Amino acid sequence: MIEFFYWFLILFGVLFSLLRIILGPKIEDRVAALDGLNVMVSGIIVLLAFQFKNSIYLDVALVYAVLAFLETVIFSRILEKKKELK
Amino acid sequence: MNTAGYILITVGSIFFFIGGLGIFRMPDVFNRLQAGTKATTLGFMSLTIGVGLLNPTWLLKCIVIVVFIAFTNPISSSVLANAAYKRGVNPRQVKNDE
Repeated sequence: MIEFFYWFLILFGVLFSLLRIILGPKIEDRVAALDGLNVMVSGIIVLLAFQFKNSIYLDVALVYAVLAFLETVIFSRILEKKKELK
Repeated sequence: MNTAGYILITVGSIFFFIGGLGIFRMPDVFNRLQAGTKATTLGFMSLTIGVGLLNPTWLLKCIVIVVFIAFTNPISSSVLANAAYKRGVNPRQVKNDE
């Protein structure tokens, strides 16, 4: 019963941040929403490890967190270099 | 131990919902960054510690993931805010019309 509650809340969090990625007015808004969404997806993978009773998903979540950090840093470096991107 | 794990997971999902709502509703890039980053960091910490309490053999790996997120998520948010400021994005000004 409680599983439906927290999956429902996480669904709405992901939905709102995806909506901001789709209709964000500038590129910085999209990258900021992507930064929030990556942490949520990493939390979803940790929760899948509990749901499937399989500890290999924790390693997947750690690697996803590393790649999400690199992604945000590289995106902001590109935004800083190329000022003509909208 | 079991009840505490479920309570922590529910608190984490509530913070994920608040973070998504903050990303959607805030008017500015910097407001969106702080709402999204702070709420989702606390939600991720709470959710991962809850999963670690429900399965105590995974607790060490969960703590490693939490420490990693606690180091890297503020750094990435700060770098992105710095890039947005250098590109010339102005914070939204509130107009007083009294």
